[in-house]
Amino acid sequence: MASEQPQQGGIRLKVRVNGEQHESVVDPRMNLADYLREELRLTATHVGCEHGVCGICNVLVDGQTVRSCLMLAVQVDGKEVLTVEGLAEGGKLHPIQEAFIEEHGLQCGFCTGGFMMAICELFDRNPSPSEEEIKEVVGGQICRCTGYNAILRSVQNAAAKMGASRS
Amino acid sequence: MQYQAVQTLEEAVESLSRAGGEHLPLAGGTDLLAQRRAGRIDPKGVVDLKRIPELAEIVLDDDGYRVGAAVSGAELGEHPTLGQDWPGVVEAAQLIGSTQIQGRASMGGNLCNASPAADSVPALIAAGALCSLVGPSGRRELPVEEIILGPGQTCLAPGEIVAHFRLPRPGPRAGDAYLRLIPRTEMDIAVVGAGVSLELDADGLCTGCRVGLGAVAPTPLRLDEAQAILVGRRVEGSVLDDLAAAASAAAQPIDDMRATAEYRVRVVGVMAKRAAQIAATRAGG
Ligand SMILES: Cc1cc2nc3c(=O)[nH]c(=O)nc-3n(C[C@H](O)[C@H](O)[C@H](O)COP(=O)(O)OP(=O)(O)OC[C@H]3O[C@@H](n4cnc5c(N)ncnc54)[C@H](O)[C@@H]3O)c2cc1C
Repeated sequence: MASEQPQQGGIRLKVRVNGEQHESVVDPRMNLADYLREELRLTATHVGCEHGVCGICNVLVDGQTVRSCLMLAVQVDGKEVLTVEGLAEGGKLHPIQEAFIEEHGLQCGFCTGGFMMAICELFDRNPSPSEEEIKEVVGGQICRCTGYNAILRSVQNAAAKMGASRS
Repeated sequence: MQYQAVQTLEEAVESLSRAGGEHLPLAGGTDLLAQRRAGRIDPKGVVDLKRIPELAEIVLDDDGYRVGAAVSGAELGEHPTLGQDWPGVVEAAQLIGSTQIQGRASMGGNLCNASPAADSVPALIAAGALCSLVGPSGRRELPVEEIILGPGQTCLAPGEIVAHFRLPRPGPRAGDAYLRLIPRTEMDIAVVGAGVSLELDADGLCTGCRVGLGAVAPTPLRLDEAQAILVGRRVEGSVLDDLAAAASAAAQPIDDMRATAEYRVRVVGVMAKRAAQIAATRAGG
């Protein structure tokens, strides 16, 4: 990709995704979700409403959750992006992922990645969030299967796991 | 669609003016890119404002705060003193969307999107915020309430952008608050919103106040009657009922799927009254 000449109207983009440096030439109107899925083939970032409402497409940009449907790919030039693929390390699931499995925090699983990224940012800010604090973050996400209780338990379980591994 | 990330205000104004209205300023993109996706707008280009220092920073000096128009809600909340001095403004900005929208959405975008229900606008009106605008014919300053002309319409000239908001340093016994009514706790558009800022003297009498109302007219409103109702009085009892009645009287809402006009008229009074109580408590009254 790096050697490609900018196509008509294309813009060169350098971005680190899940720790790996990428250089691409992208159409300026391509959004970040499409870039991740179609150019980088990182298809764990799902696309739901495409209007910023459902939160399924969340990724972290420089540590902050964003709706990847509401950002242009060119806007992450020079930045660091984390997607669901970047959560597990060396084949070992992230505690958030383990907790979702243990607590049945998903049914169809379509929205789960978006929840996990939002929760990942929450833990960066606040490793032991209260129920209210969890609800505030989860309230920005739409899941149509679980009824949220299992998700709430997953987040609490993940917080406990991560607390235990720190101490 | 073209994309340009500019580093200076001059470049932004130059580029937008040259495109003669066919390119739009882009801040957080939470309105612009959603509307583009929905097919409501189709700009030939966007000029990304987020890298312009004046739009991206919060500066506190002797005159008060200069809050960059593209500063995100999350950044507003992280500022060490802004939330103590203007809690109502920060609360209102932080009601926009959810945590995940907060990382991007700005007050400049909230204002220039010109929705009647924009949450930060009534709070900024109540705070007496001034907008510093920069355009092809230079810089000018306007009160926030003069920017929105109607749904989706602002008074900005082609190529003109909001650079920052100016908020005074509040007096020793001052407070502000913003309340909105929605059927859930987040991710919905205001049924009504009300922002109040006021100052009290040592005896707890109101010496000045401003009230902004949202989602009850084609534009966010400033309630001019508030001053006559509150000044010289304690912010309690029948004074608050008078404020509520004035807010209801000023409202000219519509019926829509969120609420009937009749309901909005009533509830905007209640919200104004409660916001005034919170502002007075914060002012130490
Ligand atoms: C899921 C979701 C929930 C939302 N919830 C709320 C809510 O609860 N309350 C609410 O009020 N809004 C809400 N919004 C709307 C939106 O997030 C806000 O209006 C936000 O403040 C827009 O800011 P932005 O920086 O993203 O603006 P952008 O989308 O970048 O810009 C919006 C408009 O303003 C123009 N513009 C931006 N900055 C400037 C500037 N400095 N000078 C001149 N013009 C400028 C742009 O050209 C565009 O027309 C929501 C949106 C989404 C997607």
